[in-house]
Amino acid sequence: MVQDATQAAHKVQSEVQTQVSAPAGTVRALILTGFGINCEEEFAAAYRMAGAEPTIVHLNQVLHGQVSIHDFDTLNFPGGFSFGDDLGSGVVLANKLRYRQTGPGGRTLLDDIKQFIAEGKFVLGICNGFQVLVKLGLLPNLSGEVTPEVTLTHNASGRYEDRWVTLRVNPKANTPFLKGIDTLEVPVRHGEGRLVIPDAAIQQRIEAGGLNCLSYLDASGDGTDIYPFNPNGAALNCAGLTDPTGQVFGLMPHPEAFLSAYNHPDWARRRRQNPQASEEGEGLRIFKNIVEHIAHSRAAATSTAELATQN
Amino acid sequence: MTDTHTIQLTLKPGQHDGDGQRVAEAAARHLGLATGRVRSAALYTVRYPLTETQLNNFATRCLADPVLHDVRLNGLTAAEGFATYILVARRPGVTDDEGTSAQNALADILNEPLDTHTQHIFSKRLYLLENDLPADDLRRIAEELLGNKLINWLEVGRVADGIRDYTPRPGGGAEAITEIVKLTGRSDAELVQLSKENIYALNLEEMRAVRDYFAAAETQAERKAAGLPADPTDCELEIIAQTWSEHCKHKEFSALINYKDLETGEEKQVDSLFKTYIKDATSEVDRQLRANGNDWLIKVFSDNAGAVRINPDSLFVWKVETHNSPSAIDPYGGAITGILGNNRDPLATGIGGAQLLFNTNVLCFGNPEYDGPLLTGQLHPRRILEGVRKGIEDGGNKSGVPTVNGAIVFDDRYAGKPLVYCGTGAVMPMQFAGKDSWEKIIDAGDRIIMAGGRVGKDGIHGATFSSIELDETAPATAVQIGSPITQKLAMDFLMLASRRGLLKCSTDNGAGGLSSSVGELAGISGGAVVELERVPLKYPGLRPWEIFVSESQERFTLVVEPGKMAELLALGQEMEVELTDIGHFTSDGFLDVRFDGAPVARLNMHFLHEGVPRKILEAEWTKPAAAEPEIPAATDYTATLGQLLGSLNICSRESIIRQYDHEVKGRTIVKPLMGATGQAPQDAAVVRFNFESWEGVAVSNGILPRYGDLDAYHMSAGAFDEAVRQIIAVGGKLPNLTPGDGIFWSVNDNFCVPDSVYDPATNPDGKQKLAKLVRMCEALRDATAAYCIPLTSGKDSMKNDFKADGVKISVPPTVLYSMTAKMEDVRRSITSDFKQADDVVYLLGETHDELGGSEYYALHGQLGANVPKVDFEKAKALYTIVGQANDHNLIQSCHDLSDGGLAVALAECTFGYNCGASIDLRETGLALPAQLFSESHSRFLATVAPEDVVAFEQLLGGRATRLGIVTKDVRLVVRHGGHEVISADTDVLRSLWTNGPVNKLLGVVSKENLSHSNSL
Repeated sequence: MVQDATQAAHKVQSEVQTQVSAPAGTVRALILTGFGINCEEEFAAAYRMAGAEPTIVHLNQVLHGQVSIHDFDTLNFPGGFSFGDDLGSGVVLANKLRYRQTGPGGRTLLDDIKQFIAEGKFVLGICNGFQVLVKLGLLPNLSGEVTPEVTLTHNASGRYEDRWVTLRVNPKANTPFLKGIDTLEVPVRHGEGRLVIPDAAIQQRIEAGGLNCLSYLDASGDGTDIYPFNPNGAALNCAGLTDPTGQVFGLMPHPEAFLSAYNHPDWARRRRQNPQASEEGEGLRIFKNIVEHIAHSRAAATSTAELATQN
Repeated sequence: MTDTHTIQLTLKPGQHDGDGQRVAEAAARHLGLATGRVRSAALYTVRYPLTETQLNNFATRCLADPVLHDVRLNGLTAAEGFATYILVARRPGVTDDEGTSAQNALADILNEPLDTHTQHIFSKRLYLLENDLPADDLRRIAEELLGNKLINWLEVGRVADGIRDYTPRPGGGAEAITEIVKLTGRSDAELVQLSKENIYALNLEEMRAVRDYFAAAETQAERKAAGLPADPTDCELEIIAQTWSEHCKHKEFSALINYKDLETGEEKQVDSLFKTYIKDATSEVDRQLRANGNDWLIKVFSDNAGAVRINPDSLFVWKVETHNSPSAIDPYGGAITGILGNNRDPLATGIGGAQLLFNTNVLCFGNPEYDGPLLTGQLHPRRILEGVRKGIEDGGNKSGVPTVNGAIVFDDRYAGKPLVYCGTGAVMPMQFAGKDSWEKIIDAGDRIIMAGGRVGKDGIHGATFSSIELDETAPATAVQIGSPITQKLAMDFLMLASRRGLLKCSTDNGAGGLSSSVGELAGISGGAVVELERVPLKYPGLRPWEIFVSESQERFTLVVEPGKMAELLALGQEMEVELTDIGHFTSDGFLDVRFDGAPVARLNMHFLHEGVPRKILEAEWTKPAAAEPEIPAATDYTATLGQLLGSLNICSRESIIRQYDHEVKGRTIVKPLMGATGQAPQDAAVVRFNFESWEGVAVSNGILPRYGDLDAYHMSAGAFDEAVRQIIAVGGKLPNLTPGDGIFWSVNDNFCVPDSVYDPATNPDGKQKLAKLVRMCEALRDATAAYCIPLTSGKDSMKNDFKADGVKISVPPTVLYSMTAKMEDVRRSITSDFKQADDVVYLLGETHDELGGSEYYALHGQLGANVPKVDFEKAKALYTIVGQANDHNLIQSCHDLSDGGLAVALAECTFGYNCGASIDLRETGLALPAQLFSESHSRFLATVAPEDVVAFEQLLGGRATRLGIVTKDVRLVVRHGGHEVISADTDVLRSLWTNGPVNKLLGVVSKENLSHSNSL
């Protein structure tokens, strides 16, 4: 019944897709949906193109214990307007993860997520999903106690906007998601993406750890607070954060909306200039990175284990 | 524990209060009022027993952001230095999504199940103003900037006098009252009066038909046997009124029309505009398609949306309709319910559960810069624009449906009633659990399930209200409030339920509410029994008839086999979508409505659906007197081009476009603005269907109301051609050119006209208006036949007039053609922007002396006479060849010529990559202004790479005129007979276009995004 539901939900997001049973060792990505989340399909497509096996699951299936996050390698919070976002983006969903009791002894889904991270697994939040991680306190989580330390609020322009931006990866960033990436073009599509850091001490710790892993760039390639290059007026020109472990990563822009080169507003001219260029979009690199990282770590672990057995 | 609590969230000192700042700016800019600083606060009134600790935890942990907010509990307070306040609450029963969300959060932190359908938390906004403004000024700010009297409760005053709070207490006790309305013995005048008082919107003849039905011996006998009174109940009259409304029944499009052409003396009788020009025309197109092995036309006119086949696995479903009247009185609510309501059409086509792919919208407004007096009940065009824009933003963005295409037309005649066209495309598998997805099959015994939102008094009489002209007495209940989150949940549920085979079919609850949705479905099985006491209500106090006709939003009516009920209900519970079994279908020929077992209505289905008397209408055509103006020739048209680029109907809409999410789902290939600058306007959108194939769909809209002032036929033909050529421009192909090519086209027509029923006193030019409509339809038939393009669905809106203070503002007769066409490979799409220096620029098609109705004439305050005319045969030949050129990858950019003609198109094509163009116009015998600004149809501006010039010219022959080349410098230079007639920096042109009135209005003008360096 549970599996049926999962597969049915999976089918919904892609009618044409033929179900391929994943070989052992496949990286498994759990993608949450329901209650106003709306970027789950492209999120799943991204993982599929990166070679992983995505499963889209309604939040209630996880809250009601029909699906366990521990059966997966990555936990993903897509963009959208969870619960309508009327109380502030991501607030109600974060609240549900923190307070809604899912198991005996007052266990919550947040307790499971903490365990998930402690086991070395990965959490990714995009746009509304990033907002959820920040409101929960999983990002930046300087204290390790998962309490809100910074916030994301209304853009300085006061408006929701869909526009393309250029990001620079902080060389100090320590996360497999961004490995080998220097700059990245992606669309932003949000009204509440302005990072607010309440005090200098927190800001300094974020910078010291390189947790401000992505910044908005201007045309000359410098970090900028100038609209529209920095579309929301974020502190540190920051577009994304990691936690100190690098396992939890969130960003306002949408890499999953740039899976194909043909998503870029200037694709036609670019392909004219470089007809042999890859048809893949730059956003896919983040997903390939994490899938490769997990596959490699697993292979390394397996060979270590084999060595151990042989010895 | 106490039961009522107030939570006030204010921003901590130093936090940016964007909301407050906007109110201060808007009050100064639009109302000329100096507010001083404005600070905003969020208020929540909680009517639920909570301990002090629980309240405190809820406020500080769930509602407040610890970084941003200070929390104050129980008691409204103002910070020092604020003299006055405005409190914006909602009226009873008005959807409060923010309150619902807060309730959700409360249930989570308490870990208690909380009935989220009963309202326990009421959200409000409080604004504190520094200046001590008089109450009248505060009220103006409240009513004109912050709320709408019809839906909001507004309190204003001095802080020193205490801040007055307001929390709605909806409804009274249950009202299971059904009244009898005596019809027998009423005089004609009394019948008309009864219709008017109850907003039945039925005319005398229709009221007589109703009276005669009830008086008939057969009816009397049946009613006696069923325990109903001899006279109709209020519910029965309401059902008939909804079902027979112009909105639902299209009485004028079905009327018999006596048409006279006073020019030629020709007289003819049109036996239904719909049948003659739309349905029969499409049948003929389908015949030609099938004869050529193109059998992709699957479902037309008979369901909520039209369906065509994409490939053996899936269907494309397409629907466009209008939401004009609601948007006139509550622009935000009207637009959001317009877009959500239109989403429900493809969602509930056939079995239901299609996957929404994209939205489009086309909007017609009065001049937003108008600064004259307003009529009673009339909203300022700027306010309508801003409200509608916000409604589309929330309706699309919050549903996760990209808004990929749109248009805005400004004309003073839309200042009374705006036109708000909403379109939605969707994809549906050919089969759901082994059943053909597009079929609606219902058998007696199937259950009737209401799914989604609950029923309140909102939206009562929407169908009948929209079928009459608007005046200052618009009823508050006609306003509908949308809840995108409620609909998103229902949509997710519907998709899963249909794929599991749990639905037999479904329909949308829109105009006329349950009375229409159940009434229409019951037509399939032959009857239905509805038990109204089961319908879940938002609050008590609704009478049975109100429950049945309420247009409360986000509801679907599902048809479910009894054996599948248990599984369906379980799925609904899991996905938190309320499902209620409200009755079953029958085959006894009656729509039977009960409340607690007592009969409320029992109507013969045949009478209900076929009993409406046919209208006979008069139309008379006289060609409007028109003359070409004398505009002195100039030697330089650079300034004229600049003025055109900055004019209301041509200038950039970027500030609006960017507030719509146009790429959620990650499938949008051609967006509204493209190029390295992200500022090159495109002709049509292109969206791929999924991530596994490159098949996609191109989407365009054609609308040209001002040409209708010269000739409604050519206006309609031109609008159709405009939409076709936009799709050709992005690389689409005409249908049926080769046998079995499978290139579907699916078109929706939407007519919005002023009252066109002649009345010597109230509508003396009604015959002329109706003649315009007939001519628009004739052009439509000719166009569909010429291009072999079928109509699949559409809508007509017949009373677009606003009347108040003895003045009537009527829209110009308007038709929108919304087109979709299959793109075999979206990677071969063509965008409009010039790509590379030295590419050769061509004008494709013929330019004529057709400046009538042009933007160039409008700039000089003239209309002119020579309306552009479509030569369908030549157009089709050109479009076919352009398709062949694209097959050989010969075209690098292509832009259709429309408002502002060649000169504006040239400028727009340079906006994508800061390039220039060097153009030489030949002496053709055509005057220079016509060469530059004529809006002759069926033309493109295309560029070709130097190496492809020979092949391109061979293919296009005389249809292509070589104009010049794309240049690296940022100058647009146009020469005529060796003289420079336009010479401008393309940066400057782009700046004039970007800083036009629309972006200025929304306060989005920024030097930075005009700069040379803004390349991505």
